[in-house]
Amino acid sequence: MSNIAPGAGTRLVDRFERGLDAPICLTWELTYACNLACVHCLSSSGRRDPGELSTDECKALIDEFERMQIFYVNIGGGEPTIRSDFWELVDYATEHHVGVKFSTNGSRITPEVATRLAASDYVDVQISLDGATAEVNDAVRGPGSFATAVTAMERLAAAGFTGFKLSVVVTRHNVGQLDDFKAIADRYQAQLRLTRLRPSGRGADVWDELHPTAAQQRQLYDWLVLRGEDVLTGDSFFHLAGYGDALPGLNLCGAGRVVCLVDPVGDVYACPFAIHDEFLAGNVRSNGGFAEVWRASDLFLELRAPQSAGACGSCGHYDACRGGCMAAKFFTGLPLDGPDPECVLGHGEHALDARGGTETPRPSPDHSSRPRTVPVALGASRTGTSREVVVTTPDHRPDRSCDEHPLAGFVPAPGTTLP
Amino acid sequence: MPPVTPPPGAAFDPSLPYALHPQVALRPESFGALAYHFGTRRLSFLKSRTLLQVVESLADQPSGLEACRVAGVAPDELHAYEQALATLAESGMICERVA
Repeated sequence: MSNIAPGAGTRLVDRFERGLDAPICLTWELTYACNLACVHCLSSSGRRDPGELSTDECKALIDEFERMQIFYVNIGGGEPTIRSDFWELVDYATEHHVGVKFSTNGSRITPEVATRLAASDYVDVQISLDGATAEVNDAVRGPGSFATAVTAMERLAAAGFTGFKLSVVVTRHNVGQLDDFKAIADRYQAQLRLTRLRPSGRGADVWDELHPTAAQQRQLYDWLVLRGEDVLTGDSFFHLAGYGDALPGLNLCGAGRVVCLVDPVGDVYACPFAIHDEFLAGNVRSNGGFAEVWRASDLFLELRAPQSAGACGSCGHYDACRGGCMAAKFFTGLPLDGPDPECVLGHGEHALDARGGTETPRPSPDHSSRPRTVPVALGASRTGTSREVVVTTPDHRPDRSCDEHPLAGFVPAPGTTLP
Repeated sequence: MPPVTPPPGAAFDPSLPYALHPQVALRPESFGALAYHFGTRRLSFLKSRTLLQVVESLADQPSGLEACRVAGVAPDELHAYEQALATLAESGMICERVA
């Protein structure tokens, strides 16, 4: 990303905070159906929603994206490739000058699909992997998911598709593997993309156990600064800007200003991490369609109005971190005009402690397959193989004081390296 | 498809003819424009409406310099605009065309 700026002028960030006529890019979750059940799924996916947009409705929406000149959409889910019209929609989008980047667990990247993807100018792929070893990854994404993702990357590389994305959600257990992730990406000529673990969707249930510690956050920041633009972050870690230099990217919360989310039933939310009624702006099936929701919904207009720094107003770092992530605050029960729960100065931790027994907002809607199953690796034997058990978790959220979460105290054993 | 890496150091010469790269889309905005390169998947921000005009007119003008003049770039601003075009050339957003 670069700023081409003859002369001085208003900072772009300030322009963006007031919103654009159309999003720069947009996340579009095509289905809530998924063959995995990742413990931290942002969208609480699992089962298809009967109200999901039809093929025709999806095409009409793509027409609207084209009219609004939205350059590309990030397609996700659920597992988007599960939709039987997935490739039809991808083709339709690219024929209509809307580029596609889609996120997948890799389960449907056959050699034929890889060849087809390698031949397209306008389609990019993002393979999700949350551990550089099977032990660390599969504990979060489910048994076999590491091998599936690696196979998909092998196929893409074999087909000559370089520069696809290897997408990693940084957790307490994989933050020590950053160099290993980079090595995997390099091996397949892919680009590493790291994103922040949000307490959204099912992520709310595991955030306390999985989010990086303060020391790990510092380690992550230093690693990212060293790597510069070599590693993508989707502007994920702007809350770390308080450490010093800003990381590459816009370093602002783009929710409802330059980005948004369209979910499988056409609901428009401020951002992919904010699937909750509180951040619901409207639905693409309404009269004015998506454009009207984007331009005129009360929620988005409110987000584009000057925001109060609130409790962060007296902090010298506010200009750098802008108070952090709205969704992270909301789903951890913190006020939106206060510090981010992972504030680098530690203000978030104090705020979390001060919550006491307050109920945190439940993510809505929830399409988790029931009963919710969480695979837990019980540790590796000397031969590197691990046993998997399936633990059924209750649908309601465990009390914070309770330490019974299946991932509580889980420390992944040293794992096997990639073949 | 592998993202196209722009030729390293594609130097900008204001006396030569240029055009927007065929894989680049421009979207006018109140501050100027967004430019998105489908090949490199890079986004750039053109921070003035005048720069947008310059870039749009490149293909019809005999040189980068002439495109700046036609768009009404004042002489004392010319250097800044040439710099901006140089940055766009470097990232493959605009490319030299056969006159």
